Amino acid sequence: MSTQELSRTKSAIDKSTASLALEFGHAWDYAPAPEAKDHVRIQPRYDLFVGGRWTAPKSGKYFLTTSPSTEESLAEVAEASAEDVDLAVKAARTAYEKYWAKMRPAERAKYIFRIARAIQEKARELAIVESMDGGKPIKESRDVDIPLAAAHFFYHAGWADKLDYAFHGRKVRPLGVAGQIIPWNFPLLMAAWKIAPALACGNTVVLKPAETTPLTALLLAHIIEEAELPPGVVNIVTGAGPTGAALVAHPDVNKIAFTGSTEVGKKIQKAIAGSRKRLTLELGGKAANVIFGDAPLDQAVEGIVNGIYFNQGHVCCAGSRLLVEESVHDVVVKKLKDRLQNLRLGDPLDKNTDVGAINSKMQLEKIKELVAAGEHEGATRYSAPCALPDKGYWFPPTFFTGAAQASRIAREEIFGPVLTVMTFRTPDEAVEKANNTMYGLSAGIWTDKGAKIFWMAGKLKAGVIWGNTYNKFDPTSPFGGYKESGFGREGGRHGLSAYVEVV
Amino acid sequence: MSTESDHAKTANGTMEFRAGTPGRGGGIPLFAPPPVDQIAVEERAASLAKRSIKKAAKVAGLKLAIRMMDLTTLEGKDTAGKVRQLCRKALTPLDSDPSLGPCAAICVYPNFVAIAKEALAGSTVKVASVATAFPSGQSPLSIKLDDTKRAVDFGADEIDMVIDRGAMLAGDYAKVFDEIAATKEACRHAHLKVILETGELGTYDVVRKASDLAIAAGADFIKTSTGKVQPAATPPVTLVMLEAIRDHYYATGRKIGMKPAGGVRTAKQSLHYLVLVKETLGDAWLTPDLFRFGASALLNDVLMQLEKERTGVYQASEDFSKD
Amino acid sequence: MDEKKETAVAEASAASTAGVSTKKGGPLATAGSASSKARLRVAKAYKMYVGGAFVRSESGRYFQVKSDAGQTGPDPETVNVPRGSRKDVRDAVLSAKNAQEPWAARTAYNRGQILYRLAEVLESRKDELVMSLARGGLSADDAAREADAAVDRSVYYAGFADKVSALVASHNPVSGPHFGFSVPEPLGVVCVVAPPRPALLGLVSTVLPVITSGNSCVVLASDVDPRTAVVFAECLATSDLPGGVVNVLTGHPHELATQMAKHREVFGMDVWVDDDKLATDVEKAAADNVKRVKTHGLPAVEAWLDESGAQGIGWIERFLETKTIWHPVGL
Repeated sequence: MSTQELSRTKSAIDKSTASLALEFGHAWDYAPAPEAKDHVRIQPRYDLFVGGRWTAPKSGKYFLTTSPSTEESLAEVAEASAEDVDLAVKAARTAYEKYWAKMRPAERAKYIFRIARAIQEKARELAIVESMDGGKPIKESRDVDIPLAAAHFFYHAGWADKLDYAFHGRKVRPLGVAGQIIPWNFPLLMAAWKIAPALACGNTVVLKPAETTPLTALLLAHIIEEAELPPGVVNIVTGAGPTGAALVAHPDVNKIAFTGSTEVGKKIQKAIAGSRKRLTLELGGKAANVIFGDAPLDQAVEGIVNGIYFNQGHVCCAGSRLLVEESVHDVVVKKLKDRLQNLRLGDPLDKNTDVGAINSKMQLEKIKELVAAGEHEGATRYSAPCALPDKGYWFPPTFFTGAAQASRIAREEIFGPVLTVMTFRTPDEAVEKANNTMYGLSAGIWTDKGAKIFWMAGKLKAGVIWGNTYNKFDPTSPFGGYKESGFGREGGRHGLSAYVEVV
Repeated sequence: MSTESDHAKTANGTMEFRAGTPGRGGGIPLFAPPPVDQIAVEERAASLAKRSIKKAAKVAGLKLAIRMMDLTTLEGKDTAGKVRQLCRKALTPLDSDPSLGPCAAICVYPNFVAIAKEALAGSTVKVASVATAFPSGQSPLSIKLDDTKRAVDFGADEIDMVIDRGAMLAGDYAKVFDEIAATKEACRHAHLKVILETGELGTYDVVRKASDLAIAAGADFIKTSTGKVQPAATPPVTLVMLEAIRDHYYATGRKIGMKPAGGVRTAKQSLHYLVLVKETLGDAWLTPDLFRFGASALLNDVLMQLEKERTGVYQASEDFSKD
Repeated sequence: MDEKKETAVAEASAASTAGVSTKKGGPLATAGSASSKARLRVAKAYKMYVGGAFVRSESGRYFQVKSDAGQTGPDPETVNVPRGSRKDVRDAVLSAKNAQEPWAARTAYNRGQILYRLAEVLESRKDELVMSLARGGLSADDAAREADAAVDRSVYYAGFADKVSALVASHNPVSGPHFGFSVPEPLGVVCVVAPPRPALLGLVSTVLPVITSGNSCVVLASDVDPRTAVVFAECLATSDLPGGVVNVLTGHPHELATQMAKHREVFGMDVWVDDDKLATDVEKAAADNVKRVKTHGLPAVEAWLDESGAQGIGWIERFLETKTIWHPVGL
């Protein structure tokens, strides 16, 4: 292309940025398409699942779990005290010594396969409850969370009797009782990520789901009950921070696995210092999604959208920093703006909903605070023009342009549907900016040049690199961070080392 | 017989496309269409296929689909009688419901243009004719142009031409461009739809290239397929072409139409295509002026689904006329 | 060399070069009255090894280490060793950071060759290492055994550099049209607090697996026998190992281990101390930047000689990251 022609093309696109907008209106509207939920039963009250039995909490306390999309209460859930946690750890210890550690690995595998199958059988019900309790769109819980949860159990089941191959011929033994604390963004999926490898490696489990999204873990307890696992192999204790702290502090827990914020992760690492407990942490992120000018731009825009608006941006590996080569910045922003017109925000149970509710009021406040900071710092905000429902917690898909690398929206994890767009000029600059964070969970690279993908992938300090794709997960694929995004891996052969001791 | 100088003469002034060495592998400096990632574009098309179109949206979509249809018969056994039947179907798709239709156009071989024109006289239904040595396009340019001119002389409102896929795959983009430009000239007032025959192009990258070429050379519509090659229209290939149209609109403000043809057989598929259009190009393209279905079997399935929505009862195919 | 014959001269030289007074009076007088045949031996100043250079502590502090073997070689019986400080840790970490990426960018084959070169140098300087270990309190047999094992351990890791990836990487058969694989990468800067004993083998066994995969290292050597660590550093310096890849500090764990743990540029730690409180403090401080920290007690010296336990892939794996990469497979 000659320079003259190039500038002609560029100026045409620049002009269009100002004037030629596509209109995404009401020429043909989709009718509401709510997922039927009449077949789903949520109990009015859930006790703790300890030692294979549903037991009332010693604390005598229950808390409400509500739907973030309607603010309606869904159920009362037991609040486990330190005493309840102690009972659960004791049950897990007993189950470990009495059943699980002694069982033939092939038998252990069969129990885990059973769980996988039952999740598949109850998939729709689990998806609906996940969307009700957590606010995520049904298309995501139906097509991502629940199938992947089943896949994690299925995958790890097969490892149970093949662990001798996993460590280059070195023998391994289970650790004992694993205390596992999971977040609210992928409630059932995170439970599967934690429980499946722990069981496959021969450990027993005390799992604490997040207090805003306990329901699917409790449905999973029912599945585990129906799968006739020996009592105490999996124990579910519901509660908030203090319940988790009690689990971390319990002297008879051999391993802590935590997914959540970096702030809490550091507290846990400090709390267990000197205890000889094993620890894996899967913490926050502020991933760079790097778009080169030679990328397949329309697909890259899909990758941007999937990277940051998937699950309302409540994703630790969300591509929350868009680094776009300056030569295509304007056209990418234009395409992104048009794309945002088509994101449908609303009822999580509507099959056409793309963006659901923010998980909690607290999280919504945090998002609002950081967005206000972005505006205050002088970045230009663009939010999709979607109407927000009156009830519930909502935030429109949003992005900032013109943000400084030093600004809060470019450095802090927002954990919401908010993208910060920045530019770079050369690949070296892209690497420097991408790595300029204490996080290191994930990154995206978009370019049509294979050599550049490998070059970038080598330079980026992140545990998961998506080249020309984003937010892909698989049980065979190790997931976890560099730097302050935590340590240890989940998934694949690598994930097993979190739950065994090499002897 | 066409020669290189013929091409130069008939090119409609966009001389940049003639730069570089003509012939095989000839470079065209301006011509650098963006790459397309197969997996990602197929993912996007698949995710749009998950849109749930129910009730009023379904009825409205299907009614729109009927008005976007180019009812097509392109067979060696075509007769005047067959074409007249199809014209009646285009005018009144369902006798019991005169609110449906009419279809956008009838699509026939040049020999039947006059017959169709007569059968459709006084209606809004256009007559489209395939031309340019359809379906292979493997004839000299002069014959292709003559084919086009005659179809227009017979009264065709729209010309559906085929590109020279051989030239496209051999890298002779200048030839492809010039033939389209020349055909556009030969069309005079008739609208030009350019068939890329995506099933023969091998990759989405080439589809995107051919789309950009066709648009630059003067196409009013770009169209996936002749219907004679498998695969014909697919949602992802349509999405790639819609994206080419979108980029052209961003750059110039000019709206190019899109026509998936072949392979669209069910009402559900047609709604899926409408979703692609709605969420890629927006409201302006949700009109027969800018979006068409090239189909023969699709109409009856759409009618069946509409009757099902109206009556609440699943219909039998024998209840609908097979024209 | 004939060590006994040269004792007196060496003692004298040590006192003059180190510039400090010795406890025994009159060595200078001895030197002055030496016969014309005697030659004044040049004793060595023991220094830390940072960024490829031998340095004293920026603090000017030192601690004294007495030879258990009496007066041997050119050195005096008691030598002064730098007592590393917080700022020495800082400088060493900076050197390690600057050296790490180029070190990791070398081919695994090249790293293996450099480690093999180290083994060659260690072998060629074995007498000196043995003598140093003897000063550190080992019997001649034990010293020789340890030095042999240290050389062999270097050979072991030299041969491991280009095998690690093949053993710990994976192709991930994901359910979809993507090619997925996971490859090991170094963490970056790793700090090691080496065990007090075995002074040489403990150092070699902890440092080499860290650098084999492309990490750089700051190691706090045994404060029981720091001299041997300095001799080892001299081997590093002559082995083609780029400066800064291994930085050897001398000093005390209770002063420096938590400083290492606090440093935010350090991503991993391997700590061998017989002090639960110190280990706990290190683990706590390490949480500030989510450091990968491994604390150990002190195994018996015999355990370090056991090839089935004291070396292996697990020693390398501890200080690796796993990077998982996805890419579509399509046209």
